[in-house]
Order: sequence, then structure tokens, then C-alpha cells
Amino acid sequence: MKKAVQIMSVVCAVFFISAFTVYETTTIGDGYKIGDVAEDFSLKNVDDNMVSLSDYKDAKGFIVTFTCNTCPYAVMYEDRLIALNKKYASKGYPVIAIMPNNTDVKPGDSMEAMKTRAKNKGFTFPYLIDAGQKVYPKYGATKTPHVFLLQKTDRGNVVKYIGAIDDNYKDASAVKTRYVENAVDALLEGKDVKQTETKAIGCSIKV
Amino acid sequence: MKLKLLIIAILIITSCKHENKTVDKSVVIAKKEISDDVSLNDIELEVYDYNGFKKFLNRKDDKIYVINFWATWCAPCVKELPYFEKLRGQYSDKNVEVILVSLDFPHLYESKLKPFIKERKLKSKVIALDDVDMDTWIPKVSKDWSGAIPATIIYRNDNNKFFEGSFTYEALETEVKHFLN
Repeated sequence: MKKAVQIMSVVCAVFFISAFTVYETTTIGDGYKIGDVAEDFSLKNVDDNMVSLSDYKDAKGFIVTFTCNTCPYAVMYEDRLIALNKKYASKGYPVIAIMPNNTDVKPGDSMEAMKTRAKNKGFTFPYLIDAGQKVYPKYGATKTPHVFLLQKTDRGNVVKYIGAIDDNYKDASAVKTRYVENAVDALLEGKDVKQTETKAIGCSIKV
Repeated sequence: MKLKLLIIAILIITSCKHENKTVDKSVVIAKKEISDDVSLNDIELEVYDYNGFKKFLNRKDDKIYVINFWATWCAPCVKELPYFEKLRGQYSDKNVEVILVSLDFPHLYESKLKPFIKERKLKSKVIALDDVDMDTWIPKVSKDWSGAIPATIIYRNDNNKFFEGSFTYEALETEVKHFLN
């Protein structure tokens, strides 16, 4: 009963906050939780092909990362995203990058700009545009960068980790805990992910 | 209902266009004033890690504190800053204190943040929070914070309320009034 009251008060708080939130359509409490099955999608890649998770027959899972061209935090993690894909795609966990922003609000995140960035940085993973802004709310992504680690199972792609890539946005060489790597390593070893959720500052997704 | 949504959409789109222009302008001005060392040196910026910063969230002096987390690179943050400034102007004699907590990157304090503070003539207290261990301190600020900015806490003694997202001036004033009464 006490729990029900708590949940109700959280729900009320969310409604109350959302009443005053002009930009955010997603509020805390929406989206996938650890253990949920993530729906597949079909989004356009920078090579103009449509990409779905189901295209990856041999994958064991996915490092789904909401990111963009224009957020300084996301930019600081571009090289680390490339490194993640290099390390884990061959082990069955490719990076799937999704750009969730409204490109009318952020022209720097347009498909053309995404193509340029992917080319200049040499992205080895798909960089998809959530053109209808329908995918990121399902995940409950609120910011860039925002990682959702999925594991392919008989019941679908199960969410195993949500949060940041590591614990030092400023300096890759000073990182103490590699959250995503630790989580993928655990899954590859058949173990439980120890730290399933982390928080980090990021740019709100532009709607 | 559809019409209402359309109007809101138009408002958001137009306000965002405006906001982009404003940001561009600030960038230009920031560049112009980088060489203006003397006046920028007058701006003293207090920089804290979370342990040093947390005192700003735990004051028990019956004042109403409005703590806004922002950064010069965050367009919706920059757009709502004037509302916090206006609030400071209208409520500083009513026991309300606004503190703007910058999450700008430390290497841009001199070239970006200080010129911004100077150009915008920010009257509210601006402090900088520099602590990379975000997974440790973000939940301490609020368990409801995903880490997206802008984000704001309003508190008075032990009562507090957390907001992730943008404010209008009216919404901000309404929330502060709840604490006044």
C-alpha cells in the first residue's frame, strides 16, 4: 500500500512537472527499464539504407547509443564510440548510433550534417536518424549521449544497461570505470551486469 | 486540440529559431572579448567539486533558493536564463536567491563562460561545478534527474522540488510562489 502511494505520488509529480515542461515530451518514468524487451525499429542510415536490429542475424546484442553532432558531450565521446564498436562488433555487440534531435531545431544534426560527420570521423557503425522522433521516447532516452545496451534473447532484445559510456567525459585516459565495457564483458561471460544504470550530464533531446 | 498543438508547435519552432540566433550572437561576442583580458579578470568564478558545491543545496536559513543547472553550450538553458534573472530582480527582496550553476567545460571558463557572464551582465550568482564523477553526484542532487540540462531545484529549508526541463517565466514564478506561501 505504501508503495502504491509512493508510485502514485511519483506519477502525480511527473504530470505536474510535465505540465511546465515545454521542450521535453519524455519525462522521467517513461521508457524502458532494465529487463524490458526493446522494440525493433527501421531507421535511415547515413548510407541511405534502412537499418533494423533484426538485420544483424549473428549479433548477440547491441550497444544502442543516442548521440548527435551538436552536443559537446556527445562529440567528446565520438572517438570512444568508435573504439567500442572496434572492440565489440566482432564479439557480437555492434554499436548502433541514433540521432534523436528535431533537425528543424538543430540544423547541425540534419542527415546531410550526419553524413559529413560520419565520413570525417570514419564511423564504422550505422549512424541512424530518428526522423519521426518515435524511437527515442520508447527507449526513454532524454539526452545525448545516452546508451542502452541490449542482449538478444529468445524473448527479444532485453535492456541490460542504461546510462553513460564511462565516468570521465573530459579525459578518456583518466577514466576509472568503463560502464559500457564492463556491462558487455559481463554479458559475454554469461554473468549479470553489476552496474545496470548510471547518470551523466548530457544535452536534452531537442523536440 | 489539434489547433492547440499546432500553435504550441509553432511557438516552439519560432522560439527556438530565436534562441539559435541569440546563441550565435553570444559566440561572436565571446570571441570578440577574449582579448579583453583586464575586464574578464574582474569576473571571479568560484569553481567547486560536488563536495564543495553541496552546501548550496543544504542551506537552512529560511531563504528560498532557486538553483539552476545550465551551460553556455546548452541552447534551452541560455533561452531561459533571462527568466531567472527577472526572477532575481523581482524577488530578491522577498527572500529569494537565484544561483546559476554552470556545467561548462573547465577549459572554456576563460574563453566562453566568463565572456558570457560579462556580456549578458548576469546579476545572479554564477558558480561552476566541475566534477567528472557524475554518476555519484547527479543522484545526490535529485534521484529524478536523468542528467539532461536545463534542470532546476527550488528549495526552502527541508522542502525542495526538482525540475528537469525548461521553464517559462510564468511557470518559474508560480513554482517560487508555492514556496513563498
